[in-house]
Amino acid sequence: MRRTWWIYLIGVLGLVAVAAPFLWMVLGSFKTQGELLRVPPTWLPQDATTENYDALFNKANFPRYFLNSTLVALIVTAGNLVFCSMIGYALAKLRFKGRNALFVLVMATLMVPGMVTFVPLFVLVTNAGLANTYPGLILPFLVSPFGVFLMRQFFLGLPDDLMDAGRVDGAGELGIFARIMVPLTRPALATLGILTFLGSWNNFLWPLVIAQTEDKYTLPVALALYSTGQNAQNFGLLMAGAVVVVVPVLVIFVAFQRHVTKGIAITGLK
Amino acid sequence: MLALPFVVLFLGFTAGPVLGSLGMSFTDTRQRDLRTPFAVEGVGFENYVKALQDETFRKAAFNTAYFVVLGVPLTLVAALAAAVLLDRGIKRFQAWFKVAYYLPVVTSIVAIAVIWRFVLSPDAGLLNTVLGWVGIDGPNWLGSKTWAMPSLIAMAVWRNFGSAMIIFLAGLQGIPQSVEEAGQLDGATAWQRFRHLIVPLLRPTILFTSVTTGIGYLQFFEEPFVMTQGGPLNSTISVSMYTYQQFGFGNYGLATSMAYLLFVVIAVVTFIQFRLLREK
Repeated sequence: MRRTWWIYLIGVLGLVAVAAPFLWMVLGSFKTQGELLRVPPTWLPQDATTENYDALFNKANFPRYFLNSTLVALIVTAGNLVFCSMIGYALAKLRFKGRNALFVLVMATLMVPGMVTFVPLFVLVTNAGLANTYPGLILPFLVSPFGVFLMRQFFLGLPDDLMDAGRVDGAGELGIFARIMVPLTRPALATLGILTFLGSWNNFLWPLVIAQTEDKYTLPVALALYSTGQNAQNFGLLMAGAVVVVVPVLVIFVAFQRHVTKGIAITGLK
Repeated sequence: MLALPFVVLFLGFTAGPVLGSLGMSFTDTRQRDLRTPFAVEGVGFENYVKALQDETFRKAAFNTAYFVVLGVPLTLVAALAAAVLLDRGIKRFQAWFKVAYYLPVVTSIVAIAVIWRFVLSPDAGLLNTVLGWVGIDGPNWLGSKTWAMPSLIAMAVWRNFGSAMIIFLAGLQGIPQSVEEAGQLDGATAWQRFRHLIVPLLRPTILFTSVTTGIGYLQFFEEPFVMTQGGPLNSTISVSMYTYQQFGFGNYGLATSMAYLLFVVIAVVTFIQFRLLREK
């Protein structure tokens, strides 16, 4: 045991380095503007206040942004679960012309920098009249190459015998997919679902250019605009806004962390 | 049949824009051409020449290289250290440590920026207060041409080491205990065992994480976008960031050509990494 105490010490020091900014954010959101500007800074709020949250929810329109973020993230997640498992299954288990070409194409797009597709995608969505609409926020993210890859890898690990058994029992191809194969991929679906939800929740560049009026803002867009606009010096409000953005992610992540880390280990991708 | 909805979406929103982008990079497309797509003219390699001759673009390329050359090794070292610590040292509460170290990865960059701008602020900031305890007068981190970039690198390492750590952990767990025991019998110290037994066995994992981290860091965008807007005096502007600025000015043709230059660099660097780390 003598050897291990310093290992834990290093571990805890790392923990402090990671957690301290988060802790400071939460504590800061309960401080007044005056206290936040005090030198030297205070650690615990001297006279704790909820005025920042009050401003966020009653004066600013954060409930609306919260709703937008949730709506977009849920639809994007549902779309990925359906489409990525379909195409992943097709790439892993079905024989069709161009299968390998399609797989290479999927893998290639994983390497393309986001900036390459950004401009034409913006032009496309704008010309389709979808700027500043929910479909404009959602459609480009309904399938991801990452999700397809994850599901393909998982389907590859399932034995073909299962499909043959289904055929012997007279199940149609769609039945085999939906009733036999998909239920077996539940762990992969859980990973994909959580990662997609988190990714969509945190996504901000695309909604920043597509959401042009306030009623379409998602939380990160609102927070980004607040932190550069006239509220840039209103630190308490920004801290409280950051808490509202971060806390749902923390809750979901801690609840499902097993699936997240497992999925990353399977695919090796974030 | 199953693939059809995906293929439509995929072609429409991923593969299509990749080609569209390539085409656009050889034209003089500007924002006002959006409504009259047939009025644009081909300009050959003019955009590429213009980008490469642009002083700011060169500065952005230098900054991006600076960020990658320092950021990738630091991230991987932090990630590997954390992974070894968790795998070989910390047995109790291991899952909790893992979750905590991974938290920054799943946190919105916008929220992280709010926190870090405050942590790094010159007077009331957490960092300079802590430095003050040991008698160091910390600089105005984000306002200094010298310190803005290292600040962003530190922030990126803090934010990203968790994802490489998870992959290293999976790699470490794939190494049988007997390997280390054999080393112990031969009288190798902990460091020697790590250096000559563990690291060579982790080679595929190191290759993998260095490629994915490298691809991510070459696209360095979010940190300067939310923290410094590329300043002060373009000292933190990156290629992606400058591309986005040109997009904002409506220079779509120029922006896509810059994006493609970055794409080529990413492809080449990835290829080199594979060649360097794969041998033997």
